[in-house]
Amino acid sequence: MHWFRRQCYCWSYAGLSFYEQPNRESLSHWEIVVLKNIDPREKATEARLDALRDEATRTGQVTAAGITPSGSPLPRSGAEKGYYGNPLLKPPVWTWQVPLYFFAGGVAGAAANIAFVAHALGRDSSLVRAALWVALLGAVASSPLLIADLGRPSRFLNMLRVFKIRSPMSVGAWTLAVFSSAVGLAVVCQEIVLRGYSSDLLLALRWVAEAAGALAGLVLLSYTSVLLAVTAIPVWSENRRLLPLHFVASALGASAGVLELLGFLNPATNGMALVAAAVETCLAVSIEMRGRAVDAPLREGRVGRLIRVAGTLTGPLPLLLRIFFAHAFGVRGVASVCFILGALLSRYAWIAAGHVSSRDSKILFDLQRKRNVDSNLKAM
Amino acid sequence: MPISAFLTDPSVCIGCKACEVACKEWNQIPDDGFEWSGQSYDNTQALGASTWRHVLFLEQKQPMGSQLTGTEGPFRWQFLSDVCKHCANAGCLEACPTGAIVRTEVGSVYVQPDVCNGCGYCIVSCPFGVIDRRPQEGLAFKCTFCYDRQVAGLTPACAKACPTQSIRFGEINDLRHQAKTRVQQLQERGYTDAQVYDPQETTVGGIHALFVILGQPEEYNFPPAPEVPTVHLKTAWTYALVSAAVLLLVVCGAFIL
Repeated sequence: MHWFRRQCYCWSYAGLSFYEQPNRESLSHWEIVVLKNIDPREKATEARLDALRDEATRTGQVTAAGITPSGSPLPRSGAEKGYYGNPLLKPPVWTWQVPLYFFAGGVAGAAANIAFVAHALGRDSSLVRAALWVALLGAVASSPLLIADLGRPSRFLNMLRVFKIRSPMSVGAWTLAVFSSAVGLAVVCQEIVLRGYSSDLLLALRWVAEAAGALAGLVLLSYTSVLLAVTAIPVWSENRRLLPLHFVASALGASAGVLELLGFLNPATNGMALVAAAVETCLAVSIEMRGRAVDAPLREGRVGRLIRVAGTLTGPLPLLLRIFFAHAFGVRGVASVCFILGALLSRYAWIAAGHVSSRDSKILFDLQRKRNVDSNLKAM
Repeated sequence: MPISAFLTDPSVCIGCKACEVACKEWNQIPDDGFEWSGQSYDNTQALGASTWRHVLFLEQKQPMGSQLTGTEGPFRWQFLSDVCKHCANAGCLEACPTGAIVRTEVGSVYVQPDVCNGCGYCIVSCPFGVIDRRPQEGLAFKCTFCYDRQVAGLTPACAKACPTQSIRFGEINDLRHQAKTRVQQLQERGYTDAQVYDPQETTVGGIHALFVILGQPEEYNFPPAPEVPTVHLKTAWTYALVSAAVLLLVVCGAFIL
């Protein structure tokens, strides 16, 4: 009995006392706290529950569906917005290093091609040298950026464990390895030749290295667009035709811009920059004109603003500057800086657009339902 | 070994989350956060690096079968245990640059944690939003289909723990047949919107985790027509390489003209 009393006393701390302890004149501190904290709304709920129980006992059923909590209706699942509107896809885990790498790799790849073509056509040898160095620096910057983005940077060599033609990431890793080696070799040969130690073998090696660098550079500057296009993220996947054009054009323009800023203000760099700016203008206009729902992240919100700013910096702005103010002092430098900033910003903005797009399940459902209808029509 | 599969049937699921717990215990997965979502009894919310089974709680304003309801309209509360689909053409497997993700002899898709370097490409390549990178380890994780148990002749932990046989495990053709029978049975009993979720006609080419669902796939955050991203390889590479070749021509042109 003593044990039972003690248990009841313990329960009374929780405000559940049904056995009053004798010989006690005042409530303990905890009991006062418990009593004070009874919410009047809770009393109302209790009364409501009593009424429901009463109704159930009398009539055998309850007419009300229950108590709707405040702030309701709660999000519900449905064919329109999916499961509580939660995202279906996972957002990319890539950090800032990846868009920066896209930029660096693009500039390096294009620079290697400029160097190769200028050398092959026997143009200004200082331009060839500068372009090769730009390519090498871009390649040297790329690997640490890519490695830093890995979840396990110490395992970066696993990238070269297999070669998978169907994985753009694998193709890219191998391309970067080949490109870095080729451009590194080309620069070494070049510097040796420039110091007066020349031999047929060295010259031949330099040609091979430059050609290999240019070829790998073409893949390096363009594969990053495939990397984005071949994913489940709608805004990337649905722009699989636009992204390659955009990445290639912005790589060319940024590379030409870097060379112009290094002092090579010749008609060739200007021509490349003009073509790049013209293509970028067309792409920016086409994103706006198409008005597809899947492109909403490219037009709306913070990311949409970024894409538009980047599009202006790489497209119409340098194009107009180069056409109308070509001979004014420093204008080409301004145009180059605009394009480089725009190209860099654009890579960030495209990754950010992927984040936005991965959260929008509705677009995904609409696209897939449409695809279903299309394939059914084809089957008929 | 026979090609194995899961068949998950929400009509007998009681939402006990024993599958989630069994999965966590067997595979020694860390917690996935202690957050209240406000979405019915679902506080895990989605599959992820540390959530390999996820019980969905659907509150819908629809009758449950031929249920008669009170004055405030029809209502049904459905539970479904979601899991990695182990696609026949798996986006994650195709995307993996290290070869860490492999196809096993039981037909499942397995991530080798000692090979993965956490590049994150599988995450954006999964059309079902299943695989994710765990920040603590920096590696990609998802359901292993209890590969270790299967090669030892055991049932996966979730199916073993399921008290109502809502998760069935077996040979895939058997389960496809069972799913069809079950849907027929449900429809006869008034669940007219019962159907099998097994997108075999899509580029994913069928999955190794079949579901009997009531209503549309979208309500469960299942893509109605999932697509393996690599179907766009040809288009994307063609555009990329042609553009790159044009770049080379432009560079040549710029120097010659």
